[in-house]
Amino acid sequence: MCDCGKSDLTLLDGVLAEYASVRGSLITILQKAQEIYGYLPTDVLYRVAEATGSTPAKVMGVATFYTQFRLTPVGKHLIMLCKGTACHVNGADAVEKAICEELKIKDGETSDDGLFSLKTVACLGCCSLSPVMMIDEDTYGSLTPAKAVEIIRTIKGGDAA
Amino acid sequence: MKIVIGEGSCGIAAGAQKVYDALAPLLNGTDINLGITGCIGMCFLEPIVDLYDKGLLLKRLVKVTPEQAGVIAEAVKANDLTALKALEITDEDKGFLDKQTRIALRHCGVIDPEDLDDYLAADGYKALEKVLTAMTPEDVIEEIKTSGLAGRGGAGFPTWFKWNAARNAAGDEKYLICNADEGDPGAFMDRAVIESDPHQLIEGMLIAAYAIGAKEAFVYVRAEYPLAIVRLEKAIKDATAKGYLGNNILGTDFSCRLRIKAGAGAFVCGEETALIESLEGSRGMPRLKPPFPAEKGYENKPSNINNVETFANVSWIILNGGQAFAAMGTETSKGTKVFALTGKIKRGGLVEIPMGLTLRDVIFDIGGGIRGGKRFKAVQLGGPSGGCIPEALLDTVIDYKALSATGAIMGSGGMVVMDETTCMVNMARFFLDFTTKESCGKCVHCRIGTKRMFEILTRITEGEGRPGDIELLEELCEAIRSGALCGLGQTAPNPVLTTIKYFRDEYEAHINEKRCPAGECAALRTYVINKDACKGCTLCAKKCPVSAISGEVKQPHAIDAAKCIKCGQCKTVCRFGAVEVR
Ligand SMILES: Cc1cc2nc3c(=O)[nH]c(=O)nc-3n(C[C@H](O)[C@H](O)[C@H](O)COP(=O)(O)O)c2cc1C
Ligand code: FES
Repeated sequence: MCDCGKSDLTLLDGVLAEYASVRGSLITILQKAQEIYGYLPTDVLYRVAEATGSTPAKVMGVATFYTQFRLTPVGKHLIMLCKGTACHVNGADAVEKAICEELKIKDGETSDDGLFSLKTVACLGCCSLSPVMMIDEDTYGSLTPAKAVEIIRTIKGGDAA
Repeated sequence: MKIVIGEGSCGIAAGAQKVYDALAPLLNGTDINLGITGCIGMCFLEPIVDLYDKGLLLKRLVKVTPEQAGVIAEAVKANDLTALKALEITDEDKGFLDKQTRIALRHCGVIDPEDLDDYLAADGYKALEKVLTAMTPEDVIEEIKTSGLAGRGGAGFPTWFKWNAARNAAGDEKYLICNADEGDPGAFMDRAVIESDPHQLIEGMLIAAYAIGAKEAFVYVRAEYPLAIVRLEKAIKDATAKGYLGNNILGTDFSCRLRIKAGAGAFVCGEETALIESLEGSRGMPRLKPPFPAEKGYENKPSNINNVETFANVSWIILNGGQAFAAMGTETSKGTKVFALTGKIKRGGLVEIPMGLTLRDVIFDIGGGIRGGKRFKAVQLGGPSGGCIPEALLDTVIDYKALSATGAIMGSGGMVVMDETTCMVNMARFFLDFTTKESCGKCVHCRIGTKRMFEILTRITEGEGRPGDIELLEELCEAIRSGALCGLGQTAPNPVLTTIKYFRDEYEAHINEKRCPAGECAALRTYVINKDACKGCTLCAKKCPVSAISGEVKQPHAIDAAKCIKCGQCKTVCRFGAVEVR
């Protein structure tokens, strides 16, 4: 399934002008590209390979190694649910179950309305407030299953208003 | 008067920014200063608002809500703080700080991390000045040697030795790297140091760069720490503008450039050679050692890597002398160590203690013990590379050697406390789930061995354990420990080995009796209704998704164990606590 030729590659020009010739910048370039496109489309990976003089395989290898990189689009809001040790001990599994039931998705998926994607991570560094999740830029702590669902509904309501 | 709000990531998550935004307009037009600081360490009391007068802490207000901004502003404006009594920290909670000694965290929660002048007023960059004007690189290394400082990133290797090796390595082009990947899920001291005291890290790194002869330095920061990156970027800019960083630092011929590299989410990149691969823009797969980074590191040039907390101790050592640092601690472990105290603990947060206190001191005296009246079961140290220590060993002193002897490790300082409701087999499974996902796949032992262990542990927690599983796990542990390429694989067996060693009875209960003593493993739970407590309200029967509950109205209900899918709905909805798990 190639989506080559669909992305507006000119959006990358600025990033490539700044970093393409700086050695060791592949990860930085992919991070910036993901900020632009929301994920890493295949044609973007080819463009990065060409501009940095790497093989497409090397670029793909890096893109698939790190969990930050996504090869498919995400929903409007990204839920990062922590399943680190502290959050595990304080009940992150039950919170995950509640979120999955509310949105009818599993870890790594996006809800049918395209509003939410769920991604579990290990430690957001706010362990003393565990269990913790981050939705977009905001961190929510001391979660219970009910509280997590309420937060999601509030965001959804805010979007609809 | 000055009002200071603790705004580390956890403070902000608890609502500190909202308190700030509520207070700011109320103080307009007054001579009262409103400022921020980093992480105070008392995460269990966030958001925290400190009131200062002429640099002295007058009052610490805790668990402050935006709604309380009005009361606070009025009291401060009227210079009458009696109305704030109810918000003040209790004497009991103040005890959190009693046994602590703060070196690495000494400015955290005190100074404004975004204000270089605040850092300078707290003797900031004085150690750098001393080093550049009055000490040779050899003097610096000697002072660090005297201090006994060992790496705080996990392995506890003597810092002076690494610096010396990098200094003596052949070549002019050398690199200094700070490991701020903080991969142990449950540890957050590195984040706190960067967010709360970024110049401290910069100063420590500059002193190290001078000692080894590096002109280029990197901080490799975990992607999940956006605020740390923002504050460090600002600190680098400010320090460069004032001549503490860049060319001809403080007018000397020492120059050093510092760059931030954001990680992209991979635990193995905390391993130093994998980190170097990642810095070079590749997949973060560890290299075979030797050659060590001191010889061939970044771009195959001599490099030295240290952890954030290691660097955060350096300027204190230079200013106070290595002797003063070495005076704290035990025979084999000097100075202090920061721990992130979390889990089922009453008072969770960041704790910095002199080496040599016991685990009990930290968990019970500082942390206040277990919350919710439950019993302590175990404490996990060192994350996925570490182990679980049982109650019987709580008097173990905190030092590298004593902790290793238990089968756990000092690690980077994650200390996750568990109570009787935590299943130790499931805990081991949790860590193996983590290591299988984070294994880079380069070596077979780690890639496949951890997966097999994970499968066995999953089977056990699902009630499919077989006689011989424990021995099989032990055999796999030994094979992986001796065969894996890097520390990730070599230490992955630790959570399994320590839980088998100290909680073998829990494994046996799962395998032989199909029972989870902690009641955590869903597949091994049996839900029953206590006939005496049940009022026959029918709520559970209505909510049960598989209609496994039956009974007449106002008569005790019963669960059909054959139909029950153990979802726990009935227990959640019951208002009389009549549903019991066995
Ligand atoms: C799998 C693995 C993960 C590691 N993660 C970290 C980490 O997140 N932070 C860290 O400072 N050291 C980590 N280390 C240790 C580093 O390899 C290295 O020893 C350390 O950064 C050296 O600094 P120090 O001497 O100041 O402790 C890790 C090691 C392994 C094997
Ligand atoms: S373990 Fe969840 S924030 Fe650290």
